[in-house]
Amino acid sequence: MYAQLVETGAKRVKSLDEMSPEERAFQEKIDAEVKIEPKNWMPEGYRKTLVRQISQHAHSEVVGMLPEGNWVTRAPTLKRKLQLMAKIQDEAGHGLYLYSAMETLGADRDEEIEKLHQGKAKYSSIFNYPTLNWADMGAVGWLVDGAAIVNQVVLQRTSYGPYSRAMIRICKEESFHQRQGYQILLDMMREGTEEQKQMVQDAINRLWWPALMMFGPHDDESPNSQQSMAWKIKRKSNDELRQMFIDQTVPQLEYLGCTAPDPDLKWNEERGHYDFGEINWQEFYDVLKGNGPCNRERINTRKKAIEEGAWVREAAVAYAKKQKQRAEAA
Amino acid sequence: MAEWSLYEVFVRSKHGLNHKHVGSVHAADAEMAMENARDLYTRRNEGVSIWVVPSDAITASASDEKEVLFDPSEDKVYRHASFYKLPDEVGHM
Repeated sequence: MYAQLVETGAKRVKSLDEMSPEERAFQEKIDAEVKIEPKNWMPEGYRKTLVRQISQHAHSEVVGMLPEGNWVTRAPTLKRKLQLMAKIQDEAGHGLYLYSAMETLGADRDEEIEKLHQGKAKYSSIFNYPTLNWADMGAVGWLVDGAAIVNQVVLQRTSYGPYSRAMIRICKEESFHQRQGYQILLDMMREGTEEQKQMVQDAINRLWWPALMMFGPHDDESPNSQQSMAWKIKRKSNDELRQMFIDQTVPQLEYLGCTAPDPDLKWNEERGHYDFGEINWQEFYDVLKGNGPCNRERINTRKKAIEEGAWVREAAVAYAKKQKQRAEAA
Repeated sequence: MAEWSLYEVFVRSKHGLNHKHVGSVHAADAEMAMENARDLYTRRNEGVSIWVVPSDAITASASDEKEVLFDPSEDKVYRHASFYKLPDEVGHM
């Protein structure tokens, strides 16, 4: 969900009989819930799928800083500003944990970042929406980080050791993000003016559907899910995760005193779940293809940051070299 | 970043505990690796001490050779306290 439509290269899942002895031993390890570690043998498809998924996840964390960065200088109080900066710093940290996990698979960080800049690598569709008012900071923390948590809690059990361990660290930090977001909205609804309360509802109206899209297409439209599930890179299907998120979020929405922009959203006693309306999938695919409201702006901002920071990285290397030479000469 | 080296990071979470591997960072030198490790792995009081070690200075056992490497300890049950059965009367030992 921070990773959407991750290509596995497999048309269908092989049975144990069709596998080579190495592949079979690998699959049996996965089936027995033994974690795969960097130096273990793994099928090339497994390695490539993981590089795609983990890099996409890392890019999402990094690009995810941008919609929030928009509000650092506009936060209403110093307290909120400090909280927002702490959250953004965490996202940078999460990106780094994930890039590190990706590098254990032999992938190069610079190359993967270059793919992002060339539009060859994806990141979560959600970060291509603008953050228009302060309530968006609340709604992003509550809904976007909330959706991320649902996905990431499950990914703590993913089959690749370094990815699983990165997820465990990330989950520990993520609940602060969601709570600070919800508290922003709660304060606005309890103590805010009529106009501020409308800002909260407006933020929810705009971000509700994009948050649901984060889980990716329906299971029967998700061609890579089966292989990813067999390899236990993925542990629950897109639709299962989306339902979990809705079931836990609707009571929180009601507590706020707000509504979702979905007339079909209602409790289904028989299923024991909330029913909800159909997502606008055309919008989802458009955003993923690069035609969302902010895609170009996000990538340009990332490129600019890398380019304008180049001299700092070069200076650090020059300084390190000089220090080393001096130490050797002394 | 190609010119930056990879460092493995070990953190002692509390006095009295050993350092534990937590992940890695890229840095131009050891001093920067230390600062990056602090920012990345100890934002919430997770540590009282950090080691950073150049990744290429670590020699690791190959996981595929696990059986051969650890074979000598496989068949020595007498190295475990539970191997020695004592009568109940002796009490806790």
